[in-house]
Amino acid sequence: MLRADVSVTRARPKNRPLTGDLVQLLTPEGARRRDPVYDPVVADVDDEQLTALYEDMVVVRRFDTEAVALQRQGQLGLWPPLLGQEAAQIGSARALRDDDFVFTSYRENGVAYCRGAQPADLMRVWRGTALAGWDPRSIGMATPQVMIGSQTLHATGYALGCVKDGVDSAVVAYFGDGATSKGDVHEAMVFAASFQAPVVFFCQNNQWAISEPVGLQAQRPIADRAPGMGIPSIRVDGNDVLAVLAATRVALDRARRGDGPTFIEAVTYRMGPHTTSDDPTRYVDAADRTEWAAKDPIARLERLLKLSDERVSQIKEKADSFAAAMREACYALPDPEPLSVFDHVFVEPTPELLRQRSQYAAYLAMFEGDEH
Amino acid sequence: MATMTMAAALNDGLRHALDDDPTVVLLGEDIGQLGGVFRVTDGLQRDFGVDRVMDAPLAESGMMGVAVGLAYRGYRPVVEIQFDGFVYPAVDQLVTQVARIHYRTGGAVRMPITVRIPYGGGIGAVEHHSESPEAYFAHTPGLRVVTCANPQDAHTMIRQAIACDDPVVFFEPKRRYWVKGEVSDELVGALPLDRARVVVEGSDVTLVAYGPLVVTARDAALAAVDDGLSVEVVDLRSLSPLDLDALEVSVRKTGRLVIAHEAQGNAGLGAEIAASITDRCFDVLKAAPVRVTGFDTPYPPAKAEDHFLPDLDRILDAVDRVMGRVHSLTGWRAS
Repeated sequence: MLRADVSVTRARPKNRPLTGDLVQLLTPEGARRRDPVYDPVVADVDDEQLTALYEDMVVVRRFDTEAVALQRQGQLGLWPPLLGQEAAQIGSARALRDDDFVFTSYRENGVAYCRGAQPADLMRVWRGTALAGWDPRSIGMATPQVMIGSQTLHATGYALGCVKDGVDSAVVAYFGDGATSKGDVHEAMVFAASFQAPVVFFCQNNQWAISEPVGLQAQRPIADRAPGMGIPSIRVDGNDVLAVLAATRVALDRARRGDGPTFIEAVTYRMGPHTTSDDPTRYVDAADRTEWAAKDPIARLERLLKLSDERVSQIKEKADSFAAAMREACYALPDPEPLSVFDHVFVEPTPELLRQRSQYAAYLAMFEGDEH
Repeated sequence: MATMTMAAALNDGLRHALDDDPTVVLLGEDIGQLGGVFRVTDGLQRDFGVDRVMDAPLAESGMMGVAVGLAYRGYRPVVEIQFDGFVYPAVDQLVTQVARIHYRTGGAVRMPITVRIPYGGGIGAVEHHSESPEAYFAHTPGLRVVTCANPQDAHTMIRQAIACDDPVVFFEPKRRYWVKGEVSDELVGALPLDRARVVVEGSDVTLVAYGPLVVTARDAALAAVDDGLSVEVVDLRSLSPLDLDALEVSVRKTGRLVIAHEAQGNAGLGAEIAASITDRCFDVLKAAPVRVTGFDTPYPPAKAEDHFLPDLDRILDAVDRVMGRVHSLTGWRAS
């Protein structure tokens, strides 16, 4: 029997509806679905903890919205909104321990928030005042990667280091559906499988790589790729924070036990543009968006939890205050000192860099006293 | 002191590095049981185990990216690229990650990765096994690029490279792997990794070479004596950063500069050296610097490689050119 069930010659592929096995513990309507495999994994998650996850998602959506506004107001050069992907990011990041490490793409600001990034940390890169928002080792999260998929190899190498160190820390590599076409992602899976590295490949399939639908990257569910590499995979409703938490816990436990890598495909949807520079009206079908809006990750938790007005407004207040702090931190970020561009190329500057630095300093000094 | 080949010196240098620092990890294709296709890692997996001398899946980008992760975790990976022409799949990770993570993170995360690459021609190999891609890496900020020309430097420099907190691309002149020489273990007092060395003193012409052509340049200097010429040979050793101070000292003495390398001339190391030294020494230069390099062609088939590779005669011809001698075969200065 032919394995390919699609024509490779068709024109533009369409995003197909979700089909097949998908781990889901919370329906879009806010009902709790029973699952014999994944329920025990989240048996400890009571309403209070669910509310904490809800709060995280509200805060993250709020500051994400604020960042888009800051970009529109010219305060940020660019911002990659995560709107719609809150559950995928919060559910996975809240499964982590402090001694775990994550290597992400640039859209994982929700993950960064969970790891402990401060409001200013989230602004630096996008305002253009630094190439990294934070010291990676201080929050257990690498500088978000701009090159697509490169970080999956870094995660694998770091995970090998954890094994060498004899610790049971685990590593999560975050990437998108577009990255699954990259050689580096495949190479990372091969290395991870060969060496049984304690790494979780967490793919947020948000259906889009800028304007390219996932159908251009994969003819089968993305989660199907991993088993061929010897890596078990889980396909999870990425808009269901509880299911994502459960799947990530299962994967992390496997990693800690020495059972090697796991691949998670969190099926979600990018409700906003790729970045603030993008115009999705040129390629997104409005009906698609409406369909996914009904699966909103935050709304389904609201329906389930039925929080009091007072609790909801407390959470909203926290979200507003984080967003306000972020805006303030953004304004307060100083431009880099001109001569700082020469710093840290090497651990110790080379004679040539020192020469260029002092020449440029002398050049700048000629303008001192001028009106700028 | 012991007499050994360059390959054996590299092996022993790696052994010292593995002994000296438990965070040193070797990663490469066929470096384990086989000992590497040039046997540079012979016996190291046996003695240090599969966790420290790791045979990697056949993926150069994969090795480089995994090395980044290991360095993030505090390790000091040494990646072997089997042949020069196989490095290109790893260039993405090298240029976009290895070279700039220290810069990107404002100095918070160091990348003490050493990338060993057997390079250069002269062994009658098939395509992609004789290349000299050093200029690509020298052009990349954040990478140190070095090469050795004798067993002693091979031994010392590989240890210095591994101990260096910056990423180092370490080019090994594969056709000199079997050249023998005296090797001492002593690191104290050794010339730093980023310094050039005068290997033959002279007064008429400065001849700069590195890697496989240093031996050729020494032979050329010896032959030039018969012509009544005193050629100073400088072994560059560090291709990035360049030891321009050492080159300037030599050129201020001789007033003439010849640069020899196997790599293609266009936008190569020779161009950078010629420009930088002209900038520094214009007042004392008696002639325009002359480059003698591989041609601006892909590396030719093995039976034609002797035409591509600068040899003793082509180097001497370049010396004649820079001296303005009429019997230079290629010099536009000759009538």
